[in-house]
Amino acid sequence: MSAFSVLVEVSLRPGIADPQGSTIERSLPALGFDGVEGVRVGKAIRFSIEAPDEESARKQVGEMCDKFLTNPVIESARVTIESGRS
Amino acid sequence: MTVVVGIVLFPGSNCEHDVAEALELLGATPRVLWHGDATVADADAVVLPGGFAHGDYLRPGAIARFSPAMDAVSRFAAEGGPVVGICNGFQVLTEAGLLPGALQKNRGLSFLCQTVEVRVESTNSVLTSAAERGQILRVPINHFEGNFTCDPETLRELIAEDQVVVRYVDNPNGSVDDIAGICNRQRNVVGLMPHPERASRAQLGSTDGLVLLGSLLAAAGSRTPIASTA
Repeated sequence: MSAFSVLVEVSLRPGIADPQGSTIERSLPALGFDGVEGVRVGKAIRFSIEAPDEESARKQVGEMCDKFLTNPVIESARVTIESGRS
Repeated sequence: MTVVVGIVLFPGSNCEHDVAEALELLGATPRVLWHGDATVADADAVVLPGGFAHGDYLRPGAIARFSPAMDAVSRFAAEGGPVVGICNGFQVLTEAGLLPGALQKNRGLSFLCQTVEVRVESTNSVLTSAAERGQILRVPINHFEGNFTCDPETLRELIAEDQVVVRYVDNPNGSVDDIAGICNRQRNVVGLMPHPERASRAQLGSTDGLVLLGSLLAAAGSRTPIASTA
């Protein structure tokens, strides 16, 4: 078994309104930051996992995302896996 | 024999007593059920009350759906038992897959605490059978994540199958198609953001919630699954 550090970035699916993102986007010009677009707010979940290999770790994390870490109706996840503990 | 209504208490629920009081007012026997017990006991109907189950951590309802009581609620629902989720309870039902769609943050990012008008769109559900189609009810809302969302295909199905139970007259939170509450295909599971229990006495400013809770008790008393019009 080896340890892998995992980063799950949860974001709203394209087409799902993101009121936090649009509020931030509207606020930035008031602070002098122009030209910003496409602001999306999500959440980051980090953890370590023990698994025989990276493929197995990725499979387990995928299942976690489907069953628990995301609501597939409105959210999707991007998973980054590296060797070693986080 | 009075109708027994099980009210599932999750850590963080905060409307269980309000629901119990309103149901008692209508002559029912409320029974608060601990979320950690995998049973609905002798309940003829089940209510998932409002609040912040498990602190709303991760997402509202995301952790509550794994509570042992929810296995029992799912079985009860599958057998045709009437189940109503109010506010946080609606969120739990969508997370548990007992109702389609999801509830996300309100448009405008405001926590909304106000009395709103909703229109009864279908009387073919365990929560609206005693109401009249088109009837306007004044019922309080109290939520941050009540913005009902679903994909276009699901929305088409909800409308085609007459599963939209109540709509907002003046959409407060950005919900798709003004949806305030829906039911499942079998019409025995209903979720809604407004709180009928908070519109149960004149002193609260409205008694319009009683027709909804009364419908639930009627459905619970008969325990005959309501036939679908589909």
